[in-house]
Amino acid sequence: MRRDVAIVSWASFETPSEPARNEVELLLPVIQEALGKVGLTQRDIGFTVSGSSDYLQGFPFAFVGALDAVGAWPPIRESHVEMDGAFALYEAVNVLQEEGIDTALVYAFARPSRGELDRTLTLQLDPYVVAPLWPDARSLAGLQAQALRDKGIDVPDVPPTQVSDGGVAVVLAVGDRARTLTDNPVWIRGIDHRIEPSSLGVRDLTVSTSTETAAKVAGATGAQAAYLHVPYPHQEHILRTALGLNGQSVDAAAGPMMVGGLERFAAAAAAISAGKATRAVAHATSGPCLQQNLVAVLEGAS
Amino acid sequence: MTDVLVADHAIEYTYTRSTGPIIGAFLAGLRDKRFVGVRASDGRVLVPPTEYDPVTSDDLTELVAVSDSGVVTTWSWNDAPVAGQPFDRPFAWALVKLDGADTSILAALDAPREEISTGMRVHARWAAERVGAITDLACFEPGEGLGVAQGTGGEPVSIVETPIRLDFSYTPGVAASRFLRSVEKGEIVGQRCPKCQKVYVPPRGACSMCGVATDEELTLSGKGTVTTFCITNVPSPGLEPPYVTAWIRLDGADITSMFLIQECDPKEVRLGMRVEPVWAEDKQPNIGSIKYYRPSGEPDAPYDDYKDYI
Repeated sequence: MRRDVAIVSWASFETPSEPARNEVELLLPVIQEALGKVGLTQRDIGFTVSGSSDYLQGFPFAFVGALDAVGAWPPIRESHVEMDGAFALYEAVNVLQEEGIDTALVYAFARPSRGELDRTLTLQLDPYVVAPLWPDARSLAGLQAQALRDKGIDVPDVPPTQVSDGGVAVVLAVGDRARTLTDNPVWIRGIDHRIEPSSLGVRDLTVSTSTETAAKVAGATGAQAAYLHVPYPHQEHILRTALGLNGQSVDAAAGPMMVGGLERFAAAAAAISAGKATRAVAHATSGPCLQQNLVAVLEGAS
Repeated sequence: MTDVLVADHAIEYTYTRSTGPIIGAFLAGLRDKRFVGVRASDGRVLVPPTEYDPVTSDDLTELVAVSDSGVVTTWSWNDAPVAGQPFDRPFAWALVKLDGADTSILAALDAPREEISTGMRVHARWAAERVGAITDLACFEPGEGLGVAQGTGGEPVSIVETPIRLDFSYTPGVAASRFLRSVEKGEIVGQRCPKCQKVYVPPRGACSMCGVATDEELTLSGKGTVTTFCITNVPSPGLEPPYVTAWIRLDGADITSMFLIQECDPKEVRLGMRVEPVWAEDKQPNIGSIKYYRPSGEPDAPYDDYKDYI
């Protein structure tokens, strides 16, 4: 990486169900908190990017409406991914390589409690030979858990798909800008994401080659802690193996849809910032049965 | 206390997709009760087939007939079926590797839970009516089928239609709920940005320019000024042409809202015209409670009053 990028601030919010506030009202305090911690306002931000899904909100271009929580005036440089916010962070890390872009705001949000998450996730599947059957997300995870059991690996039963609402915001800055914003910048030393073949029947569901490759490219060795994005408990075994974790402290969480992966970055940054680790792995996943995986290495002051 | 509105909301759409030659051949095969795969670059036979090699991304073209029977490679029990699935009672999903194939296909497996295991032999059960879609394969069931069906007849499938529907329990949020509750009472409330002082109607709880919460609420008179308008000469459901749609800057608001203008000749409508709302007799917490706007009879507003809103 030509320019060093650090996480300088973060904030997140999660609740089992947010029945009152809409997405903008839910996001506003989260973004304000993340910016406020390092004394920034939106006008100080060079690049803004979000991760969310219009299918979860139930109307087209809903992600544009969420910009009300940002204050996109005068017009800002902005982008969006229809994926977990961690993948938006990946885009931000790349944009921060440009001269003149020194800070970035990354945020993600979802209120899946208002819809039918297990069915909504069907819409990310192959539209010809899979989605018309409406396989629910939990059942697909069950195929993976059974494949592990068939290999003699003892894994927990697949619980109902976690449904919770929330938002997360992470502020990034480069080099000296990061050092002026905080005494404890958490540097992103490496980051990569990879994808498995799209057909579940082509993959070996018991391993995660994409995680392994992403970890190798990101240089994910020598960490004392790992913050794993684990939508279903049995997937922790697959990720531990793919990342070669042995003896490290492991913190696994699902988090709200679209939010959970980026929240893992916030959790890892919080641990490093608090001195609980000097080097940690943050992981995020998206898609059925760990379809896409993103791995980053975070490090404290050096 | 916040009295937040909740309403049923659904999005529904039928996607129409072209299949391409390989998936088209596979779906045509299902219509004829047979399975067709494709040979990958490494010699493996992929079922369902793909146009491109999953490893090398090469074009794949060699179609291969495979059996209607095979082996379960993994499965899961679905005790809470959802709308659209093959069964509306608890059932199993399975990945099935058909004899002659090297990859597995996802389908329902109709068998009692206690009889299901990885490695069990199953065969296809076909839908009575087949249209050239994945749903032509009704499910798998235990036992042996007929084996490899030969023949390549039948028109290839070129298009599939996939209806989707998602249901929501929609909530518009705290600010919009307060606005809609005010409309139900024949009032219009807005919110003021504490930073730039702009007043939003309807309020969204945030100033989209400053990115801060808009907590201060104020009630507007409802009267306003036409900032621009459009005369429509084609019919629309419930509207006889010509009819007028206008952007109206409500007095005290800093954004414009769209309403119909009625009770006047469309030729009379002009920029700066002063207008007032006509409320429905039976007011509901939705914007339809304002039936339309009509001229208020006041003198036109000076240009400076609305020039920034055109």
